[in-house]
Amino acid sequence: MSAPTVAFDPLEPPEPDVLVPRRRLRGRRRNTPLVAGLTLFSLIALVALCAPLLTNHDPIQQSLNEAFLAPGAAGHPLGTDALGRDVWARLLYGARVDLSVAVLAVVSPFVIGSLIGLVAGWFGGWIDTIIGRVIDVVIAFPFLVLIIALVFTMGPGTTSIYVAITLVGWVAYARIVRAQVLVAKEQEYAMAARVSGLPTWRILLRHLMPNVVLQAIVFSMSDIVLTLLAIVTLGFLGLGVPPPTPDWGTMIQEGQQFILSKWYMSTIPGLAVVLTGLSLALIADGIVEKANRR
Amino acid sequence: MTPLLEVHDLHVDIPLSHARLHAVRGVSLVVGTGEAVGLVGESGSGKSLALRALLGMLPVPVRFAGGTVLLDGEDVTGLPAKQRHRKLTDAMSMIFQDSLTALNPVMRVGDQIAEAPLRKLGKSRSEANAIAVDLMGKVGIPDPERRFRSYPHELSGGMRQRICIAIALSTKPRLILADEPTTALDVTIQAQVLGVLRRLKEEEHVAMLLVSHDLAVVSQACSRLYVMYAGKVVESGRLVDLVSAPKHPYTFSLLRSVPDPDHRVDRLLTIDGQPPDLSEPLTGCSFAPRCPFATDRCRGEDPALEHVEGAVGAPRQSACWHVDSADRWAKGVQAEMERQH
Repeated sequence: MSAPTVAFDPLEPPEPDVLVPRRRLRGRRRNTPLVAGLTLFSLIALVALCAPLLTNHDPIQQSLNEAFLAPGAAGHPLGTDALGRDVWARLLYGARVDLSVAVLAVVSPFVIGSLIGLVAGWFGGWIDTIIGRVIDVVIAFPFLVLIIALVFTMGPGTTSIYVAITLVGWVAYARIVRAQVLVAKEQEYAMAARVSGLPTWRILLRHLMPNVVLQAIVFSMSDIVLTLLAIVTLGFLGLGVPPPTPDWGTMIQEGQQFILSKWYMSTIPGLAVVLTGLSLALIADGIVEKANRR
Repeated sequence: MTPLLEVHDLHVDIPLSHARLHAVRGVSLVVGTGEAVGLVGESGSGKSLALRALLGMLPVPVRFAGGTVLLDGEDVTGLPAKQRHRKLTDAMSMIFQDSLTALNPVMRVGDQIAEAPLRKLGKSRSEANAIAVDLMGKVGIPDPERRFRSYPHELSGGMRQRICIAIALSTKPRLILADEPTTALDVTIQAQVLGVLRRLKEEEHVAMLLVSHDLAVVSQACSRLYVMYAGKVVESGRLVDLVSAPKHPYTFSLLRSVPDPDHRVDRLLTIDGQPPDLSEPLTGCSFAPRCPFATDRCRGEDPALEHVEGAVGAPRQSACWHVDSADRWAKGVQAEMERQH
């Protein structure tokens, strides 16, 4: 009688392919949203950066006898606007303005809000109470209404946009980080750092911040979208980047008067806003997925 | 000689919605220079809270409700918070139960060890790194230069706990507080980590206050014990004395519930019932409801922790009305168990 074949012999090492290291398995799983989002966003950013190479029109050069050309016209792939300016060129240069303002306008609320949240969560007590009240007051107003009111008082322009968005935007980061700090400070590593007698700023910035900031980063991605929309809205209301500087919001607003006969004038910059927002939302999703996998 | 650490009459409260839970009810203990002391008790007996209270690091709702902490004979309880924190953290460091949460997940372990020398002791970056590598070697981490660059999640539980010990040592403490340092580890790794702690005590003369629910763990590393029950120390003394002749029924019952390879018994003793609810006022000895030897006196009056008469050499304390009959407990329980059989 021959020996029975054993499916699994504990004394024999398993076949090599059973022992695939975990890291390789993980590496094979693609993070589709992150890849798609990054690809789309870098494409948009690249197009904005290379604007002068992609068009030889000046975005503010008017040419009244060439106004209202439909997309596909010779020399003007996306047509021209009411003042005969090339829409493709305005779209490209508008991307430069809107993207840089949106990204920059998120940086200061991110930094300021996170630091305030860190302090409020860590120290608690009356510091937390005061910060909490201020946050409640700011949150009581709708985001856009407050921004519009602030920009209106300070006058249109990029500086006003930065200031207004910082004044309103920090609260979201402060709340997110504060909540995370409340959890993290009860963790043993926070206590271990305290028992080591390290300076407080060191514990906060080196031990807590890296562990709580992820949520804030994820939020900042969708916040860029919100900010971009806010800037576009301000432009639409005539409170944004002053003309003749190209800006998607102003383009949508200018096209609106002709929406019934020439729908593409507002739709093209509108699509640009949607695509940019989509790419950032995908990146945010991807970051969450990556973090959960760890 | 003044002891390194003295704690007198420590009280800790946990405020509840309807009452307050008196979790630590007057704990006093002493740790001498270079001495390894154990604090044992079941979960909920207040041992970890006592440890955190003496460091002034209680979790949020829990309150320090009285007591004094003396460091080298100097009362630090009355000092301003900052100064007290500095004094305490200069003298002590701490090891935690769960080495995964006790390490910063996003920082290389070497950097975590080198951090205190760099930021607190004012060493240069290269000196601090050298100290870290040296400490990693001391706690038994093979190939410390390579492990220096690892992240906590890349190491095993035993290795991580060694890293925690190295971090604790990096501030050059005179006393290490260890809160259940081996509970999260399996038995072989437990023995290795305890070996490291024991060696440090002998070679570096670091004192140790080891908190554990596990008598076996404590007895491997400590020479003197405090036994806690329901927020109080019920017995203290040298390990050998406590194990060979317990003077409190709780210690006695604890010892009888641990298997002993030298003295085979048919059945291990279990302690019936549950610890008392500390949110309600207690009358009498807190262990009386579960004590096989309790009398009316035990249920009516709470015995104080007092020196045991006739203890030779080392000081010995017990909080029991029936200390005098301690040598007859074993026989009594044996007879009882035989009767039940």
